[in-house]
Amino acid sequence: MSEERGRGGRGGGRGGDRGERERGGQRRTFFRRRRVCKFCVDKIDYISYKDVRLLAPFIPERGKIQPRRISGTCAAHQRKLQTAIKRARQIALIPYVTD
Amino acid sequence: MSAPRQYELVYIVAPEATEQELADLHGQIEGIVSRFEGRIDNTEQWGRRKLAYEIGRHREGIYVLDVLTGPGEMVKEIDRRLKVIDNVIRHMVVRVDEEMRVAERRRTEREAAAAVRRVARGLPAEAAAERADEASAEGAEANHE
Repeated sequence: MSEERGRGGRGGGRGGDRGERERGGQRRTFFRRRRVCKFCVDKIDYISYKDVRLLAPFIPERGKIQPRRISGTCAAHQRKLQTAIKRARQIALIPYVTD
Repeated sequence: MSAPRQYELVYIVAPEATEQELADLHGQIEGIVSRFEGRIDNTEQWGRRKLAYEIGRHREGIYVLDVLTGPGEMVKEIDRRLKVIDNVIRHMVVRVDEEMRVAERRRTEREAAAAVRRVARGLPAEAAAERADEASAEGAEANHE
Protein backbone atom coordinates (compact mmCIF):
# COMPACT_ATOMS: atom_id res chain seq x y z
CA MET A 1 0.00 0.00 0.00
CA SER A 2 2.45 2.50 1.13
CA GLU A 3 4.78 1.51 -1.67
CA GLU A 4 2.17 2.16 -4.29
CA ARG A 5 1.44 5.55 -2.91
CA GLY A 6 5.07 6.46 -2.99
CA ARG A 7 5.34 5.51 -6.61
CA GLY A 8 2.29 7.52 -7.56
CA GLY A 9 3.74 10.55 -5.88
CA ARG A 10 6.91 10.26 -7.87
CA GLY A 11 5.17 10.02 -11.19
CA GLY A 12 2.98 13.00 -10.56
CA GLY A 13 5.60 15.30 -9.13
CA ARG A 14 8.03 15.09 -11.96
CA GLY A 15 8.25 18.85 -12.24
CA GLY A 16 9.10 19.23 -8.58
CA ASP A 17 11.64 16.45 -8.83
CA ARG A 18 13.69 18.41 -11.26
CA GLY A 19 14.12 21.31 -8.91
CA GLU A 20 15.27 19.00 -6.17
CA ARG A 21 17.78 17.37 -8.39
CA GLU A 22 19.22 20.70 -9.40
CA ARG A 23 19.62 21.69 -5.82
CA GLY A 24 21.01 18.44 -4.50
CA GLY A 25 22.69 17.21 -7.63
CA GLN A 26 23.55 13.95 -5.85
CA ARG A 27 21.13 11.47 -7.34
CA ARG A 28 21.96 12.04 -10.97
CA THR A 29 24.05 14.65 -12.58
CA PHE A 30 21.32 16.19 -14.62
CA PHE A 31 22.47 18.60 -17.26
CA ARG A 32 20.06 21.44 -17.42
CA ARG A 33 21.70 24.65 -18.35
CA ARG A 34 19.79 27.62 -17.15
CA ARG A 35 18.30 29.20 -20.20
CA VAL A 36 19.11 32.84 -20.43
CA CYS A 37 18.36 35.31 -23.15
CA LYS A 38 21.62 36.22 -24.83
CA PHE A 39 20.30 39.62 -25.83
CA CYS A 40 19.19 40.49 -22.30
CA VAL A 41 22.52 39.42 -20.87
CA ASP A 42 24.55 41.34 -23.42
CA LYS A 43 22.15 44.27 -23.25
CA ILE A 44 21.53 44.36 -26.96
CA ASP A 45 18.59 46.65 -27.68
CA TYR A 46 18.62 46.60 -31.43
CA ILE A 47 19.11 43.39 -33.34
CA SER A 48 20.38 44.41 -36.74
CA TYR A 49 19.82 42.28 -39.80
CA LYS A 50 23.24 43.36 -41.02
CA ASP A 51 25.09 41.64 -38.21
CA VAL A 52 25.35 38.11 -39.50
CA ARG A 53 27.69 37.07 -36.72
CA LEU A 54 25.11 38.00 -34.13
CA LEU A 55 22.36 36.08 -35.89
CA ALA A 56 24.36 33.00 -36.82
CA PRO A 57 24.03 31.15 -33.48
CA PHE A 58 20.25 31.23 -33.87
CA ILE A 59 20.24 29.59 -37.27
CA PRO A 60 20.80 25.85 -37.13
CA GLU A 61 22.21 23.93 -40.06
CA ARG A 62 18.94 23.58 -41.84
CA GLY A 63 18.62 27.35 -42.02
CA LYS A 64 15.52 27.56 -39.87
CA ILE A 65 15.04 29.98 -37.00
CA GLN A 66 15.87 28.33 -33.72
CA PRO A 67 12.84 28.12 -31.40
CA ARG A 68 12.81 29.94 -28.11
CA ARG A 69 12.49 26.76 -26.13
CA ILE A 70 15.95 25.77 -27.28
CA SER A 71 17.84 29.03 -27.43
CA GLY A 72 16.25 30.49 -24.29
CA THR A 73 15.74 33.88 -25.89
CA CYS A 74 13.05 35.96 -24.21
CA ALA A 75 9.82 36.62 -26.10
CA ALA A 76 10.52 40.26 -26.85
CA HIS A 77 13.97 39.54 -28.23
CA GLN A 78 12.84 36.49 -30.16
CA ARG A 79 10.39 38.73 -32.00
CA LYS A 80 13.13 41.18 -32.90
CA LEU A 81 15.43 38.35 -33.84
CA GLN A 82 12.79 36.90 -36.11
CA THR A 83 12.39 40.07 -38.14
CA ALA A 84 16.16 40.53 -38.30
CA ILE A 85 16.65 37.02 -39.66
CA LYS A 86 13.90 37.46 -42.20
CA ARG A 87 15.41 40.70 -43.42
CA ALA A 88 18.84 39.16 -43.64
CA ARG A 89 17.38 36.39 -45.77
CA GLN A 90 15.93 38.87 -48.21
CA ILE A 91 19.31 40.30 -49.01
CA ALA A 92 20.98 36.90 -49.18
CA LEU A 93 23.11 37.27 -46.07
CA ILE A 94 21.48 34.17 -44.62
CA PRO A 95 19.98 31.25 -46.56
CA TYR A 96 16.27 30.50 -46.60
CA VAL A 97 16.99 26.79 -46.72
CA THR A 98 20.06 24.66 -46.80
CA ASP A 99 20.18 20.98 -47.48
CA MET B 1 4.49 65.61 -48.64
CA SER B 2 4.84 63.10 -45.95
CA ALA B 3 7.15 63.56 -43.02
CA PRO B 4 10.81 62.67 -43.47
CA ARG B 5 11.87 59.37 -42.00
CA GLN B 6 15.08 57.44 -41.86
CA TYR B 7 15.57 54.39 -44.03
CA GLU B 8 18.28 51.90 -44.74
CA LEU B 9 18.70 50.89 -48.32
CA VAL B 10 20.74 47.82 -49.13
CA TYR B 11 21.29 46.86 -52.72
CA ILE B 12 23.31 44.14 -54.33
CA VAL B 13 25.00 44.85 -57.62
CA ALA B 14 26.08 42.12 -60.02
CA PRO B 15 29.73 41.21 -59.35
CA GLU B 16 30.84 42.04 -62.89
CA ALA B 17 29.84 45.69 -62.49
CA THR B 18 32.67 48.17 -62.87
CA GLU B 19 33.63 50.96 -60.51
CA GLN B 20 32.12 53.37 -62.99
CA GLU B 21 28.77 51.59 -62.97
CA LEU B 22 28.73 51.58 -59.20
CA ALA B 23 29.43 55.29 -59.14
CA ASP B 24 26.68 55.90 -61.69
CA LEU B 25 24.23 53.95 -59.60
CA HIS B 26 25.11 55.91 -56.52
CA GLY B 27 24.75 59.11 -58.51
CA GLN B 28 21.24 58.08 -59.56
CA ILE B 29 20.21 57.44 -55.98
CA GLU B 30 21.72 60.74 -54.94
CA GLY B 31 19.70 62.41 -57.66
CA ILE B 32 16.43 60.94 -56.46
CA VAL B 33 17.22 61.77 -52.86
CA SER B 34 17.99 65.39 -53.63
CA ARG B 35 14.88 65.65 -55.81
CA PHE B 36 12.75 64.74 -52.82
CA GLU B 37 14.80 67.02 -50.56
CA GLY B 38 16.12 64.15 -48.52
CA ARG B 39 19.70 63.47 -47.59
CA ILE B 40 22.14 60.59 -47.52
CA ASP B 41 23.31 60.18 -43.95
CA ASN B 42 25.83 57.45 -44.56
CA THR B 43 27.11 55.17 -47.27
CA GLU B 44 28.88 51.89 -46.70
CA GLN B 45 30.41 49.66 -49.31
CA TRP B 46 30.56 46.12 -48.05
CA GLY B 47 32.26 45.12 -51.25
CA ARG B 48 32.10 41.72 -52.87
CA ARG B 49 30.36 39.10 -50.75
CA LYS B 50 29.23 35.57 -51.32
CA LEU B 51 25.46 35.28 -51.51
CA ALA B 52 23.76 32.84 -49.16
CA TYR B 53 21.81 31.53 -52.13
CA GLU B 54 21.85 32.05 -55.86
CA ILE B 55 20.05 35.06 -57.22
CA GLY B 56 19.45 34.68 -60.90
CA ARG B 57 22.71 33.01 -61.84
CA HIS B 58 24.89 34.97 -59.47
CA ARG B 59 26.75 33.43 -56.57
CA GLU B 60 28.23 36.66 -55.30
CA GLY B 61 27.45 40.32 -55.38
CA ILE B 62 28.65 43.77 -54.42
CA TYR B 63 26.77 45.04 -51.39
CA VAL B 64 26.09 48.73 -50.82
CA LEU B 65 24.32 50.22 -47.83
CA ASP B 66 22.86 53.72 -47.82
CA VAL B 67 21.26 55.36 -44.83
CA LEU B 68 18.75 57.88 -46.13
CA THR B 69 16.43 60.42 -44.64
CA GLY B 70 13.48 61.57 -46.66
CA PRO B 71 9.77 61.17 -47.36
CA GLY B 72 8.08 57.90 -48.23
CA GLU B 73 7.58 59.04 -51.82
CA MET B 74 11.35 59.12 -52.18
CA VAL B 75 11.58 55.49 -51.13
CA LYS B 76 8.84 54.56 -53.53
CA GLU B 77 10.74 56.16 -56.38
CA ILE B 78 14.05 54.54 -55.41
CA ASP B 79 12.33 51.19 -55.18
CA ARG B 80 10.79 51.63 -58.60
CA ARG B 81 14.07 52.66 -60.18
CA LEU B 82 16.13 49.89 -58.65
CA LYS B 83 13.64 47.30 -59.82
CA VAL B 84 14.18 48.44 -63.38
CA ILE B 85 17.98 48.45 -63.31
CA ASP B 86 19.32 45.08 -64.43
CA ASN B 87 22.65 45.52 -62.69
CA VAL B 88 21.00 45.54 -59.29
CA ILE B 89 20.18 41.96 -58.53
CA ARG B 90 18.48 42.58 -55.19
CA HIS B 91 17.56 45.54 -53.04
CA MET B 92 15.74 46.16 -49.80
CA VAL B 93 14.60 49.30 -47.99
CA VAL B 94 13.90 49.19 -44.27
CA ARG B 95 12.56 52.00 -42.15
CA VAL B 96 14.79 52.32 -39.11
CA ASP B 97 13.97 55.53 -37.26
CA GLU B 98 11.19 53.97 -35.22
CA GLU B 99 13.27 50.97 -34.19
CA MET B 100 16.22 53.15 -33.30
CA ARG B 101 14.01 55.29 -31.13
CA VAL B 102 12.71 52.22 -29.31
CA ALA B 103 16.22 50.90 -28.78
CA GLU B 104 17.37 54.27 -27.52
CA ARG B 105 14.49 54.46 -25.05
CA ARG B 106 15.20 50.95 -23.83
CA ARG B 107 18.80 51.91 -23.17
CA THR B 108 18.04 55.10 -21.28
CA GLU B 109 15.45 53.26 -19.21
CA ARG B 110 17.93 50.60 -18.28
CA GLU B 111 20.58 53.13 -17.37
CA ALA B 112 18.12 55.05 -15.22
CA ALA B 113 17.09 51.85 -13.45
CA ALA B 114 20.74 50.99 -12.87
CA ALA B 115 21.34 54.42 -11.37
CA VAL B 116 18.39 53.98 -9.02
CA ARG B 117 19.68 50.62 -7.90
CA ARG B 118 23.13 52.02 -7.37
CA VAL B 119 21.77 54.82 -5.19
CA ALA B 120 19.76 52.28 -3.22
CA ARG B 121 22.99 50.47 -2.50
CA GLY B 122 24.50 53.70 -1.24
CA LEU B 123 26.80 54.26 -4.19
CA PRO B 124 27.14 57.43 -6.22
CA ALA B 125 24.36 57.80 -8.79
CA GLU B 126 26.60 58.26 -11.86
CA ALA B 127 23.83 57.78 -14.38
CA ALA B 128 26.33 57.24 -17.19
CA ALA B 129 26.92 53.52 -16.74
CA GLU B 130 30.25 53.21 -18.47
CA ARG B 131 32.25 50.02 -18.26
CA ALA B 132 34.96 51.66 -16.19
CA ASP B 133 32.30 53.16 -13.97
CA GLU B 134 30.74 49.81 -13.28
CA ALA B 135 34.10 48.29 -12.51
CA SER B 136 34.91 51.01 -10.01
CA ALA B 137 31.46 50.62 -8.45
CA GLU B 138 32.08 46.93 -8.00
CA GLY B 139 35.48 47.65 -6.55
CA ALA B 140 33.88 50.02 -4.05
CA GLU B 141 31.41 47.36 -3.09
CA ALA B 142 34.16 44.85 -2.50
CA ASN B 143 35.98 47.31 -0.25
CA HIS B 144 32.84 47.88 1.69
CA GLU B 145 32.59 44.23 2.52
